Order: sequence, then C-alpha cells, then structure tokens
Amino acid sequence: MAVAEDQADISAGEEQFNSLIAQDSRIEPRDWMPEAYRKSLTRQISQHAHSEIIGMQPEANWISRAPSLKRKAILMAKVQDEAGHGLYLYSAAETLGTSRDKMTEDLIAGKARYSSIFNYPALTWADMGAIGWLVDGAAIANQVPLCRASYGPYGRAMVRICKEESFHQRQGFEILLELANGTQAQRDMAQDAVNRWYAPSLMMFGPPDDDSPNSQQSMAWNIKRFSNDELRSRFVGMMVEQVRVLGLTLPDKDIRFNDETEKWEHGPLDWNEFKEVLAGRGPCNAQRMERRREAHEEGAWVREAAVAYADKQAKHSQQKAA
Amino acid sequence: MSESNASATRITPGNALRPEDIASSSAKPTAEVAEYALRLGDDSLILAQRLGWWISRAPELEEDVALGNIALDLMGHARSFLTYAGHAWGKTEDDLAYLRREPEFRSAHLFEQPNGDFARTIARQLVVSHYQFELYSRLVESTDATLAAIAAKAVKEVDYHRDHASQWVRRLAQGTEESHNRMISGLTLTWPYVEELFTDDPLIDSLGDAAVLPSTLRKPFDALITALFAEAELQVPAVPGAIGGGRHGCHSEHLGYILAEMQVLAREHPGATW
Repeated sequence: MAVAEDQADISAGEEQFNSLIAQDSRIEPRDWMPEAYRKSLTRQISQHAHSEIIGMQPEANWISRAPSLKRKAILMAKVQDEAGHGLYLYSAAETLGTSRDKMTEDLIAGKARYSSIFNYPALTWADMGAIGWLVDGAAIANQVPLCRASYGPYGRAMVRICKEESFHQRQGFEILLELANGTQAQRDMAQDAVNRWYAPSLMMFGPPDDDSPNSQQSMAWNIKRFSNDELRSRFVGMMVEQVRVLGLTLPDKDIRFNDETEKWEHGPLDWNEFKEVLAGRGPCNAQRMERRREAHEEGAWVREAAVAYADKQAKHSQQKAA
Repeated sequence: MSESNASATRITPGNALRPEDIASSSAKPTAEVAEYALRLGDDSLILAQRLGWWISRAPELEEDVALGNIALDLMGHARSFLTYAGHAWGKTEDDLAYLRREPEFRSAHLFEQPNGDFARTIARQLVVSHYQFELYSRLVESTDATLAAIAAKAVKEVDYHRDHASQWVRRLAQGTEESHNRMISGLTLTWPYVEELFTDDPLIDSLGDAAVLPSTLRKPFDALITALFAEAELQVPAVPGAIGGGRHGCHSEHLGYILAEMQVLAREHPGATW
C-alpha cells in the first residue's frame, strides 16, 4: 500500500515538475524534483560558491599593496563581496539538502571543483584591473542568464550577485583605464595583464559545445539558457568594443565578426592547458587549496568555541525558564 | 555634495561625509589640529592594513565579511582624517600614507601589533573599538567642525566594532578550554599597549576643546572593560604597560614591515596616479 502511494506521489510530483519546466516557471525547495536535477544543481551551485571563495585569494594578494587608499578600500570591499556571494550560494545549495559543512569538507578534501581561472597568479596591480574586467566580465556573461534558472533560490541569489558583479567589472575597467592613460610602465603593466588573462577568461565558459557533456541536460531543465560557445562569442563581441576605449589590444589576431553566422569568432584556445589546470597542474592549484585548508583548520577552534558557547547559553536559558 | 565627485567606485552610501567631500572643502586645519588628525588617521590606517590580512583567511566566511567591514570602516576614517590633515601642508591622503617614512607616522604601538591568532586580533579589536568609541563620542563636540563631522560618522561605526569584539570575547572566554586559554593569551599580549592610548602630551593640551584629552577616556574605558570581563569571567591582565612613543614617531619593530609592504608599489612609480 505504502509503496503504491509513494509511487503515486512521485508520479504526481514528476508531472508537476515537468509542467513547471514546460511553463518556464520556477522549482522551489519543497517541490518534487528528479534526483539528477537535484544532484546537478548541487554540483553547479556549490562549485560556483567554491569559486567565489577561492577567487578571493588572487585579489586578496594585492590588498596590502594597493597603490592608493581609495583603490585599497575598493579592493577590500570587492573581496568582501565575494565572501558574501559564497555565503548566498552555499545557502542556495543548502536548500537542496547538502550542508555547508559538507560542501566545505569536499572542497578542502579536493573532491569539489572551482573555476579553474583562479589557479592563475595575480602578478601585478594591473591584474586587479584585468580580473575585474575580463574574469568578472565573463562571469557576468555566464551568470545573467542564470538569474532565470529554473531553480528559484539559485535564480534569486544570482540577481543580487549579478548586480554586484557588474560593479566589480566597472571597477576593473576603471583600473585598466587609469593605467592605460598613465605612465609607459603602467601602460605596459595593463597590456601584460590583459595578455595573460584573455585566454583563461574565454575558457571560463567551459569546453566547446561538442565537448560539453552536462550542457544539454542543463538546457533541457532551464538551468542553462545558452550554450558555452554562444556565450563565449557574445563575450568576445563586448570585449572587442571595450578594449578600444581602453586603448589596449586583445592578444588574438583571429578575432572577427562572421557576417554569415552573425557571431563573433576568436582564435584557437589551448584546451590542453585548460585540462591540465583542471587536473590540478595550474600554477597555483596547490597554493589555493593549501590556503583554504589552512584557514579552515586554523579556524576550527574558533568555530568549536562558538558552538560550545551557544550550547551553554541555550542550557542556561532553559534552566532559567524551568 | 557636488556631482563632480560622483564616480562608479563611490563606496560610502547616503549623505555621510566622504574623504572626497573633505578633499574638496576649503576648511584648513591649524598645524596643531593637523598633527592631531594625523594621529587619529594613522591609528586607523595601520589597523586597517593589519585587519585586511584576514580577508580570505578568517575562521568562517561570516568573519571574512565582518573583519573586512571593520577594516573598510577604519580605512574610511583614516582617509578622512588624513585628507583633512593634508590640507595644512598641501598634501593628499596618498602623499601622507605612501610617502612618509616610519618616524613620520603618528600611530600608537597597539595598532601595529601583529594579528596573531583570532583571539589576539579580537583582544586588539576589543581595546581599539572601546577606546575609539569613547574618543569619537566626545570628539563630536570638538570646536573644529571637520573633526566633529568625521567623528559623528565614525562613532556609529565603531559602536558596531565594539559589539563585534565584545561578543567574540564572551564566546572565546566561555567557549572551550582552548578558546579560553587563547583569549587570555591574546589579552595578555595586548595589554602592555593599552596605556599609551590614554597618555596626554603637550600637543593635546595646546588644542583645548578641539581635541579630547586621552586621560579622560580611561575611566569610562575601564568601567566597560571591567563589566565585560566580570561577565566573561576574565581578569584584566596583570602586565606592566610598555613605553610607547608612537605619537612622536618612535615605533615598534613591526611598523617598518607594514609600511614596506603598503608603500612598495606607490614608491616604485613616483608621480603615477592609480
């Protein structure tokens, strides 16, 4: 009896789920959802959260050396925003049934992924500009369509994150603009940073469409709205316009607008390097993981103290009530 | 507030006094007021530089955000005080932050003390936030209108810093045995540098009602700390006060490293704007 009822619940739930997806409406935490949908979203949202947290490191590397107090304040605010984004995203992922502690453990244990781009080093101050302009720019191109993702908590978190990200991108652009109009040394620093971050930022959209195993299902579930190559092409188009304003160049002589397809095209990307970095052989993979692990382990006694104190307070107020 | 100050990177919300507003104002401090503003600005600047280290290294994400916020508030206060002080000498906040040498800094020794573990950082925060709260809540009455305006904004923010530090002192003191021991050790390492904050000197005497006499802050500071410690079952560390000298440019061994890191890029590119 019970089994039959459960099955009836599932098929009613599935029907409801399919109809919500068909109407391009939203799935909420208490709605029935296929296990694969839950698993795929948990993977995507937690990876996104981890990327925000690991992504704090290359920029935090320049807080102490920021060359003016205004820039220092802005950079602190930006890296702090990223911690905030990590928090909203972990909360969104928690609504799918995985705790933040578990996701953090997976990250520390090297079981979870984060955006590969953060395994490149931030070598000069101009990298603060290039990261803001190119890396945050690519993130926005990726994330704006996610504001309409079928899973409600994710879509809503993305709305807020995108607003802050567009501010981040503008500040990155502003850093580069200032450098590009500065001394020769500053101009060289800006061009060098753009040269180093251009290709990795294009690869942030993920592998080419014919080599992207998860994309199709994600699109069928209204999580992903545009293919990797489509988003990459749009991003290239935006950067081509903006780099002119900066008076810098993109390190890609093959960029062109294809009149037939009406899409921007770029030169070949080194997908072998992408796979190498993904597999842990980027310049900073070990360093980023070590730093996160260290912060987590060295903070353990603080978190334990907070829990112990809260327990004592709760007991104390129970005793008072009794 | 003039629209010419509007920028994509404006970070202070609302109508609060911003460093840019002070930069464009014609108020010029006397040499003595400027020297006083320099002390207050340097205290906050050096501590913000220290606290910035925690962003991406805190025990939990909420603390990355909280310590980052506190550092940002302090950076805002520092920028306002330094901008105002700079008016006396035709210098900008960045001239003062990036181009002065160690003996020209006027911060007290407490602000340059190492972060240590989280408990030591919290012990330093506890002292600084309570000291600054008492100071700014009186400085709002300063006869110098700009100092009063900066204090009016700052006092609201350091009130939150006080709350943050006090809550953590309670948690750590009464959490686990380890956190209790670490809290005591953090307080013990911090306490030698408390006395310097409350020491008067001829500059302050010469400022009259424009400044706040540091010695007058000691009693209210002690009262609040004693009450908190009683609640958290802590003792005021029985350690002697260290000889200071920061107000006259005589610093501990730590400041040189802080400045070396903070100033390296700006000094590498003389005359550049960023």
